[in-house]
Amino acid sequence: MRTTWTFPKVATIVGAVLLAVLWLVPLLWALDTSLKPEPETTRSPITWLPAAPTMAAYSSVLDQGDLIRWFFNSTVVSVLVTGLTLVVSVLAAFGFSRTRFPGRRVLFGLIIAGILVPPQVLIVPLFQEMTGLGLVDTYWGIVLPQVVAPVMVFVLKKFFDGISRDYEDAARVDGATRWRIVWSVMVPMSRPILVAVGIFTFIGAWNNFLWPFIVTTDPSMMTIPVGLANVQGSYGLRYAQIMASAVLGGLPLLIVYALFQRHVVRGVGDAGIKG
Amino acid sequence: MAVQTQPQVTTSTPRTAAKPAAGQPWKERWGGLFFVAPFLLLFAVFMIWPIISGLWNSFFNTSLAGVKQEFLGLQNWREMFGDPAVWSSLKNTLVFTAMSTPPLVIIALVMALLANRKGLLGWLLRFSYFAPFVLPATVVTLIWVWIYQPGFGLVNGLLTAGGFAEIDWLNTENRAMLAVVITTVWWTVGFNFLLYLAALQGIPAQVYEAAAIDGANGRQQLFRITLPLLSRTTGLIVVLQLVASLKIFDQIYLMTNGGPNFATRPIIQYIYQNGFTNYRIGYASAISYMFFAVIVVVAVLQFRLFSGRKEAGQ
Repeated sequence: MRTTWTFPKVATIVGAVLLAVLWLVPLLWALDTSLKPEPETTRSPITWLPAAPTMAAYSSVLDQGDLIRWFFNSTVVSVLVTGLTLVVSVLAAFGFSRTRFPGRRVLFGLIIAGILVPPQVLIVPLFQEMTGLGLVDTYWGIVLPQVVAPVMVFVLKKFFDGISRDYEDAARVDGATRWRIVWSVMVPMSRPILVAVGIFTFIGAWNNFLWPFIVTTDPSMMTIPVGLANVQGSYGLRYAQIMASAVLGGLPLLIVYALFQRHVVRGVGDAGIKG
Repeated sequence: MAVQTQPQVTTSTPRTAAKPAAGQPWKERWGGLFFVAPFLLLFAVFMIWPIISGLWNSFFNTSLAGVKQEFLGLQNWREMFGDPAVWSSLKNTLVFTAMSTPPLVIIALVMALLANRKGLLGWLLRFSYFAPFVLPATVVTLIWVWIYQPGFGLVNGLLTAGGFAEIDWLNTENRAMLAVVITTVWWTVGFNFLLYLAALQGIPAQVYEAAAIDGANGRQQLFRITLPLLSRTTGLIVVLQLVASLKIFDQIYLMTNGGPNFATRPIIQYIYQNGFTNYRIGYASAISYMFFAVIVVVAVLQFRLFSGRKEAGQ
């Protein structure tokens, strides 16, 4: 079938592309600035493409060393948060969806109520608790509070509720225990939604600012977002360097997202809308 | 739509009917608890406990240094209700929410309608619209502070090139909040866009085919079919967005530090300052609780409204 190019169709495409360009401009401007020699960034009127692009800003940012350490910390923290959140939430969702024990309804109700609690209002008592536990400036101090995601238990429980019990009955006939059923029946059957919530958890953990900002004071324990919050001060008004560090700080997740975009869009459909 | 099997039909052997063998009843009765135990433990330690200790603290003159506590009763709470900074920062939070929510819903819807297409163009549009969402707050604010920079920033560079007067966006009282809202819309609209996109892709193609056979044009299909079918999603997005906007802190703290002259300071920043700068844990806890109550009220009202409309729509 041939597409007929009517005016509304063309106008829609042009509008869509213009909006996309508008959304990309800040990113491209940051990239553009980072490739300029330092004096060119503060020239007025502003210049568009650098006359002689240079990676000088990148090498001086990387030479200062902290950025690589923050990358490492962010990776450790995000991987731990994502892995633990998935395991703990899958188990809890299975427990609430498929097993019966006294107090089950009350506990589930309590967790639903937990969805309403914004972590931001708990920062003060949580920090006191971390001081008491000796977890300030540790990975566990950054990670553990982020693993508590009541909404994840809720979404996964609803999804598990929709999976037919025939599969696990068949597995049970074959002698599978409930633990086996979790890992060999429920998890494979909910792969798309687990991938999607996993990606969002990872993005959330990588980008979380407030909690790591509060619980770390030692620069060597900071994550990317927290560490970068100080670069404006430490680089002074060297905009090429500031933008180079912004580009480096944003790039990993942009790449991850570009690779997984298909899963993200499909998984949101499974998780968000039917919930 | 997922085909949901009726549990009554498929559970051929109800658990209650199973004969409890010797030694089995305990495991049958409590075994399920083991699955939820790890989550419950973390939930209790890192959510329930801070909620309780925060409430406890709000009745004391607690400082972060752990100095001996002095019981104050309701004094923190009374002080809070008379503290103009509480109300002005709460007002800033509400203003931010009111300014940011409409564009974050409407632009997301427009983007979803535009990007719901197959092929490379669809992929590129989806990537462009969602890309900012994956960036950390710090990266976003570094870029935008630079864009708003007087003299040689992008926005002011364009303004002066066009013959307009430049604006010191982040240091002008009645411009700073607008600047933060623009940055926020750019940064976070992608999430709502994805929710809309997923809903759009859930509408069966047959609906449109049937409409086309009946002679409905593109505009009629949009207003008579697509938008009505998205109303549930819109309700969901509005609820999520309101609650998310109320929790504003990162962008404002990083872009204006609540200034100029506290004109953008949100309530979370006031809590943060009381707790971590003034070391007044008890007072910060009281404000946290008040703000928590505001969020719960907004969320419950929204859910009520939303579920009421859903019933009416059926």
